[in-house]
Amino acid sequence: MQGAGHRVAITGYGVVAPCGLGKDAFWRGLLGPGITSAKTVEIADWDPLPYFSNPKEARRSDRVEQFALAAAQEAFAMSGDLPYEPARMGSIFGTGIGGLRTLEEQVITRVEKGERRVSPFLVPMMMSNAAGAAISMRYHLQGPAETICTACAAATHAMGYAARLVAWGQCDAVVTGGAESALTLTAVAGFANMTALSSSGCSKPFDSTRDGFVFGEGAAVFIFERWDAAVARGANIIAEVLGAASNADAHHITAPSPGGVGAQACMRSALHDARLQPSDIKQVNAHGTSTPLNDSAEAQAVAAVFGSPTPPMTSIKGVTGHPLGAAGALEAAAVLLSFEHRLIPPTANTSTLGDDIACDVVIGEPRAWTPGPTISNNFGFGGHNGSVILGPAN
Amino acid sequence: MSQELFDRFTKCAVELLSVDAAKVTRDARFKEDLEADSLDLVEFVMALEEEFSVEVPEKELEGITTVGQAFDLIAAKAK
Repeated sequence: MQGAGHRVAITGYGVVAPCGLGKDAFWRGLLGPGITSAKTVEIADWDPLPYFSNPKEARRSDRVEQFALAAAQEAFAMSGDLPYEPARMGSIFGTGIGGLRTLEEQVITRVEKGERRVSPFLVPMMMSNAAGAAISMRYHLQGPAETICTACAAATHAMGYAARLVAWGQCDAVVTGGAESALTLTAVAGFANMTALSSSGCSKPFDSTRDGFVFGEGAAVFIFERWDAAVARGANIIAEVLGAASNADAHHITAPSPGGVGAQACMRSALHDARLQPSDIKQVNAHGTSTPLNDSAEAQAVAAVFGSPTPPMTSIKGVTGHPLGAAGALEAAAVLLSFEHRLIPPTANTSTLGDDIACDVVIGEPRAWTPGPTISNNFGFGGHNGSVILGPAN
Repeated sequence: MSQELFDRFTKCAVELLSVDAAKVTRDARFKEDLEADSLDLVEFVMALEEEFSVEVPEKELEGITTVGQAFDLIAAKAK
C-alpha cells in the first residue's frame, strides 16, 4: 500500500453474521447452504448481554452497535493488547445507515404515546457514527475516530482509509470494519418497492435466474497495525493490506455505470496502489449482490480488468444475504478465512451463470487454492466504488 | 413513606438503571452510587411517570440528586 512506507498488518478480526457468530462458525456457515426462501436474513436469537457490563449498557446500544462491539471483542481477543499510545490508535468504521431500528421504534412511540415518551437515547443510538464511537470509547482509541457512510461500500472504504492511516504513519493501529442492522419493516418495504429485493427469496449471485438481493445484517471488525510494530510486539500477523482504492461512477443514484467502467477504474487504482499486475490477483471476492444490474456490471468490469480467464471469483451473498454497509467487512473476513483454510467458498445457490457473466465463478464445491493476493469489491448506491487488496502474511 | 410505593420505585430503578435493589436506598446518589448519567435519569423519570401515572416537569427535577429526593417528588404526586 502506498504511503510513507509502512506495511499494514492485520492482527485480529471478529465476525457476527446470520450464518455464524465468531470467525469459525462464520466459515462453517459460508460452506453451508445458502438462503433460498426469504427476502431477509437476520441473526437469530441475538443476545447482546455477553458483550456488555450490564443490561443497561446493552439497552443503550442499538443492535448495529451491539454487533460492532461483539465483533470488536473477538478481534481484540485475537490481536492481544495493543501497546501503543491512545493518540496513535484510531477507529475508522463503516455503516450504511446506523441505528435505524431505534429510529423506527421511537417514531412509533411518538405517534402512539406522544413526544414526552421519545427516548433520550434516540439520538445517540440512531446516529450512524455510534458504533464506531462505541469502539473508540471502549478501547480508549484517541486518534482519528470517523465513520464512513457510503451505503454498501462503507466498510470497504473504511478499511481503505484505516489502512492508509497506518501506511502514512499517522497511526500505529486502527480498528476498522463495518456493521449493519437495518432490517426494519419500513426499510424492507422501501427496498422491496424499488425492486431491489429478490422476489423469489433466493440469493444466487451471477446466476442466470438471479432476481435481487436478500436483505441481511452483521458486522466484522479488524485490527490494522503497523507491520514492523506488530512484529516487534510479537503479534501473530494474519494477513497484509496490500492496496485499496475508492472512486465514483458519477452516473446514477442506484444503477451502476454501463459496463462497470467505474468499478474497472476502481480495481485498476487498487492494483496500482498495491503495485501489482492483474495477473498477480488469485481470487476476486465479488460484491455479487444477486441483482441483475450489479452482477452484470461487476462481471464485465472483472473481465475487462483481468482478461480471460479471470481469477476465481466468488460471492458470499448466497449465504450472508446483503448486509449493506457491513458487506465489505464480512467479505474481508471471508477472504482471511479463505487464506487460513486454503479454500475459496463457493457462490451458494448459483448453478447456471448468466450469459453476461464471463468470469470463473466458484460454484458447487469450495475450491482449493494457494492463497495469494485477493481483491474484494463493494459498490454502493450513490455510485460509490471500493476495492481492497488483501494478501496472506509472509 | 409508603413501602408499597417505594417498592414500585425500586423496581423501576432496578430495571432501568441495572442496579441491585439493595443499593436503592433513600441516601443513594444517582450519579455516584447508582452510576446513572443525565440521560439515564431522563429515561428513569419517564418510566416513573408511566408507573405512577404522574407528570414530572423538567424544572421540578433541578437539584434532585438522591433516591430519597426523587421518591418524595413522585410520591407527593402519586397521592
